[in-house]
Amino acid sequence: MSSSPEILVSGIAHLGGRLLFDSLTLQLRPGEWTALLGPSGSGKSTLLRLIAGLPVAAEFEGHIEADDKQGLSGRIGYMAQQDLLLEWATIRDNIALGSRLRGQACPPDRLADIIGAVGLDDKAEKRPCELSGGQRQRVALARTLLEDRPVILLDEPFSALDARTRADMQDLAASHLVGRTVLLVTHDPGEAVRLCSHIYLLQDNRLVEAPALSGPFPKPVDDGDALALQAKLLMQIRSGT
Amino acid sequence: MNSAVKSGIAAMAGLIVIWQLVVTLTGVPRFILPSPYLVGVSFIENFELIAEHTLVTLSEIMFGLAIGITLGIITALQFEISPAAKFFLKPVLIFSQAIPVFALAPVLTLWLGYGMISKVTMAVLIIYFPVTSALHDGLTRTPSGLCDLAHVMNAKPLRMLFLIKLPAAMPNLLSGIRLAAVYAPIGAVIGEWVGSSQGLGYLMLLANGRVKTDLMFAALFTLGFLSMSLYGLITLWIKLAFRRFEAQ
Repeated sequence: MSSSPEILVSGIAHLGGRLLFDSLTLQLRPGEWTALLGPSGSGKSTLLRLIAGLPVAAEFEGHIEADDKQGLSGRIGYMAQQDLLLEWATIRDNIALGSRLRGQACPPDRLADIIGAVGLDDKAEKRPCELSGGQRQRVALARTLLEDRPVILLDEPFSALDARTRADMQDLAASHLVGRTVLLVTHDPGEAVRLCSHIYLLQDNRLVEAPALSGPFPKPVDDGDALALQAKLLMQIRSGT
Repeated sequence: MNSAVKSGIAAMAGLIVIWQLVVTLTGVPRFILPSPYLVGVSFIENFELIAEHTLVTLSEIMFGLAIGITLGIITALQFEISPAAKFFLKPVLIFSQAIPVFALAPVLTLWLGYGMISKVTMAVLIIYFPVTSALHDGLTRTPSGLCDLAHVMNAKPLRMLFLIKLPAAMPNLLSGIRLAAVYAPIGAVIGEWVGSSQGLGYLMLLANGRVKTDLMFAALFTLGFLSMSLYGLITLWIKLAFRRFEAQ
């Protein structure tokens, strides 16, 4: 993996003539996790998609750049709320999808290591329909890890999971994505506090930086400071300030 | 025995009983409507003749299916690969479907003769559009999330097509193939009606001309059985061979 860059996003976006977010500056610190919190429809996913270079419905005027002045294409890993597994392919082929799509060889040792790291050794030849929701997201995580990209964009990847599986997946992702520049889009303040060293709130068309805890991450689920900050953030979101 | 087969047999038996009743009660002449018994006797007496012509029609259908499905798949993929091909070929394809295939049959016989080629071509023409259309439709409806993922992974367009778009469109293609299995016999028999010296369509015309209505019905039921068996076998083949694509 090449070194993780800092990413700066600045600009303004409109959706169907309506202001989606006003002049904002989002800073993703190199090698750290940044959370983007906000209610549905606030433009969180639009921001993430802009960084990923994916098509968006909104009109964006501004800049997205890395501190090393290199383009972001080919340096981004992406996990969405849906696991986006190919139902017709085996778990092994799903995990190696990136290499297959680019026509590159995938080192078998590395593939085996990653399958083992996410605890799917005995599932490698199975198909996604034979896996539980949590196991499917493990496959999605393994697929992202195999890409070995320095920037990781997570678009509510754990939101469809049950509470226990979600906490397990958060721990697994945090331990495997250390040292990368990660943007986590979520509507769950608890998730943001547990995993991220920087938290931004996007609501009412504005982006504000909220307080966050310092490392190490992930915080234990019963961490007092994390729970207190989670409550504070939730109150801030509810009050809309 | 599954319930579809059971209900099929029950419906068939009911139909035969009603048919026999109509013939007995109305006293309709046998050259207008022969009784099921007479049709059965004719089938047994002419078994070799019917089998010989069935083989011809079956060959036309199978060749038509193989060529029609292959051409349909190639065209739909071509539409996806090349916008220019889509721009020029799609209107031609739609226009070709605006001309009734029945109207083309005499021309095809004129150009390609009375042999098997004109019948296979008819079957191909009738199959080609539903297969192309079904697959093309599927290829344009790849889940957006998968397209996003492939984009972020810097996928090569052809690999994206064969690793994601085509497999994702398989349920559509398989529906198209099932439709093709129903349409192919129609194409072959229309071709035979217009001009041929072999096949079940030819046998039906021949029997009709000689007022052998019982033989005509025997040929007609053989055709029906052939079409249903073909549809059943193709459906079974799809279920067994393509289960992983159907289970999405």
